[in-house]
Amino acid sequence: MTVTDRLKNQHLLWRAGFGSMAEDLDQLQTASQKNVANAIFKASARSPQYIDIANDYLKGLTMGIDDVVKLQKKGLSQDEKKQMRKQSQEDIKSLNLAWLNEMVNTDAQLREKMSLFWHSHFASRNLNIYYQQLLLDTIRKNALGNFADLLREVSKSAAMINFLNNNQNRKDHPNENFAREVMELFTLGRGNYSEEDVKEGARAFTGWGANLQGDFVFRKFQHDNGDKNFLGKTGNFDGDDVLNILLEQKQTANFIAKKIYRFFVNDDIDDSKVAWLGNRFHQSNYDIRALMEDIFASDWFYEEKNIGARIKSPVELIVGIRRMLPMDIENEDVLLIVQRLLGQLLFYPPNVAGWPGGANWIDSSTLMFRLRIPQIIYASDQFDLQPKEDDDQAMGIKEMNDGPMRIKGFGKINGGQMIKAQISWDKYLKKFDDVQKENLANEIASIILQVQNGVAENTLRKFTDNSSREGFIKSATIQLMSTPEYQLC
Amino acid sequence: MLIKRRQFLQAGSLAATSFMLPKFLKAFEKPMMVPQGNKVLVVLQLSGGNDGLNTVIPVGNDIYYRVRPHLGIEKVKSLILTEAVGLHPSLTALRDLYNDGSLGILNSVGYPNPDRSHFRSMDIWQTASESNGFMSTGWLGRYLDAQCSGCDKPTQAMEIDDILSLALKGERIKGLALKDPARLYNTSHQKYFKDISAGHQDEHTEKPVDYLYKVMAETLSSAEYIYQQSKLHPTSAQYPKTGLGKDLQTIASLIFSDINTKVYYVSLGSFDTHVNQQAQQQRLFTEMNDAVKAFVSDLKSNNRFQDVMLMTFSEFGRRVSQNASGGTDHGTANNMFLVSGGLKQKGMIDAMPDLNDLNEGDLKYQLDFKSVYATVLNKWLGADDKKILGKSFSHLDFI
Repeated sequence: MTVTDRLKNQHLLWRAGFGSMAEDLDQLQTASQKNVANAIFKASARSPQYIDIANDYLKGLTMGIDDVVKLQKKGLSQDEKKQMRKQSQEDIKSLNLAWLNEMVNTDAQLREKMSLFWHSHFASRNLNIYYQQLLLDTIRKNALGNFADLLREVSKSAAMINFLNNNQNRKDHPNENFAREVMELFTLGRGNYSEEDVKEGARAFTGWGANLQGDFVFRKFQHDNGDKNFLGKTGNFDGDDVLNILLEQKQTANFIAKKIYRFFVNDDIDDSKVAWLGNRFHQSNYDIRALMEDIFASDWFYEEKNIGARIKSPVELIVGIRRMLPMDIENEDVLLIVQRLLGQLLFYPPNVAGWPGGANWIDSSTLMFRLRIPQIIYASDQFDLQPKEDDDQAMGIKEMNDGPMRIKGFGKINGGQMIKAQISWDKYLKKFDDVQKENLANEIASIILQVQNGVAENTLRKFTDNSSREGFIKSATIQLMSTPEYQLC
Repeated sequence: MLIKRRQFLQAGSLAATSFMLPKFLKAFEKPMMVPQGNKVLVVLQLSGGNDGLNTVIPVGNDIYYRVRPHLGIEKVKSLILTEAVGLHPSLTALRDLYNDGSLGILNSVGYPNPDRSHFRSMDIWQTASESNGFMSTGWLGRYLDAQCSGCDKPTQAMEIDDILSLALKGERIKGLALKDPARLYNTSHQKYFKDISAGHQDEHTEKPVDYLYKVMAETLSSAEYIYQQSKLHPTSAQYPKTGLGKDLQTIASLIFSDINTKVYYVSLGSFDTHVNQQAQQQRLFTEMNDAVKAFVSDLKSNNRFQDVMLMTFSEFGRRVSQNASGGTDHGTANNMFLVSGGLKQKGMIDAMPDLNDLNEGDLKYQLDFKSVYATVLNKWLGADDKKILGKSFSHLDFI
């Protein structure tokens, strides 16, 4: 396909964000990638608002309590504990939806996209809403800042300390979980450290803990003050020293650059590009924004082989649809079920390694459900699918009623749930005012798809509403979103 | 050549999806449905961490009654297998299978450095990773990768569920999830999908779009294929009208068809019995017991019990002592049931857990679950277990 400026700009918006909105479309025709990139960085420069969801009930329970010991003394009743857990899980759902809305609505697209990357890189499962919202805030604040700061703050976050058992990491009784993952997953990658480094590193992190309010605490009596041999250096290292040694390693810059290349450019790695990026990242002392500028300013980023080469993650898919077709969703909770069915529920990564991404998103169930989502939204179709039970957190599933409109080519499915959404079509429809009737299908495809449209026009027209111009635009858009091509960005 | 098979012609979509017909069908052109000896594995996942000590009960052990004053199941109420071992009272069908020589019990199955988080420990069991390793493929998915390079449909392994578990996801090939063949058929049997799938010009590249179209076409044709197969020889046996009852009925109907499925995967839960364990475990075991009973009797009357093995597992067992809420908390090693007419070792295959030798109140594992997987992969499914599991584990002798 011809790589037009519009396609390149759409590419940039899909990678540096969650795709374009109807109101962006005119500018994308003519603007240079440089100008679009500048606007993207500018919009993401300001500091994000803290998403504070935690319920007052929870605050009442934990307010004024310094640490676990006192809480245990105060002794919450079984019922209070149960209520607290339940409320916390409810609040994590709200946090999920609030963040999702932010991804849809904010101009600071790159910041949220980058945060989504770090959310999977620093994957943490935690049923405590405070810990989760604090970690998210740390990530969003530093998403485009300095990786060294981000790494330090995440390592001292209550969410990560609890998730990776560092509260149990004590002198004479080290717990190696955090020390291992900080090297394997957060900085160096497998094969770049020894088991001895894990043991010695764990000793350096002894005494690092967090209290109930999510503050970092250093318990000096639990800290091992002896000398440690870590990555070829010897000294009475503490956790900060170990993080500094990890940051000195060029391998850390290479590891992060490679992962970022995978996420933002192409699953298929170009070693020379990654080496160049890793080098620059290390030289800049881990300036994330500069790294992203390097990527988005390079010519190779816009090469055809990199356009439409990525399989959208479930969150990218959902947010992308909502950006192009703004909608009011009456039953927002249903989006949590959609996330689970598609295999990416925010705040519940599959393990500390995060979501593997790429082809891992796709199996027969997830692909068929992806293909039906636009139709489920547009025609209030039902989907009769149950997410798996999650014993770490049970999420309620509501039964909902029948819906009205239908679209050609889709049989009726009885029973199940609906996404009760009202799409605001006005701005989107307006973009096609000057398009000749015979060009409509092509024009829609070039806005909706990042790869060559493989659906022949006569096939498409069999399934569209051809009775009116408006009906055609709407139905063709939905049909083109219900294709394998639309799964790519 | 093979298109003459009537059930494919009726549907007519295989031609439309321009698919080569599965090679395995060649073997089944004779009236005989499935060759005898075609081994099938049914994995039953007990989600949530089943309490193994109240499943296979050490009725001769004082420690058990001492640490479980309320939750311990009295010897007289248990279903006695040996002087020292009783089964949970709801597992009557399993007791009968034990007497019949069709039940094997493995004790103290686990792995080093056990993790007590549900999702993490399930991850470890499903991927067969070490407890400090992370894999994005499952053990049965890698079995598909190894066995199925020439397969045209991902029907070699099937999960009876709406979502596919990690266990069945391979690097290149993934199993197929369906709650019920008719429903999968209905949701995928959309004219629009068929038309765009048929119209796709596959350039046979490595491009993601071709990969997606490939998965789509495979799903459409598999959905149709499975649906047709499930109608070929629907079992007429009576099954309980429970979730697991229906799932095993679906599996039986497919086993009696000439489908190529070697592995079925199904879950029952939640066994996460922190509170009111007695009622919850009893309800779930009743469901399991009645469903397995119907399934086994169905297999027997169709002469397939020799060739089918049902294997249960749970992500962990529970702590040896009861807790203060009438339940038990997350523990470590656990037992597994093996049900088949083709077992070489029966009954209590290894020793009951040693309650004198605990690790901070938890059972110590004696048998790595990956050894069980290795045995099943190698001896039952005829696969290269070493390649699939990434290293060699000792084989057991139960099959």
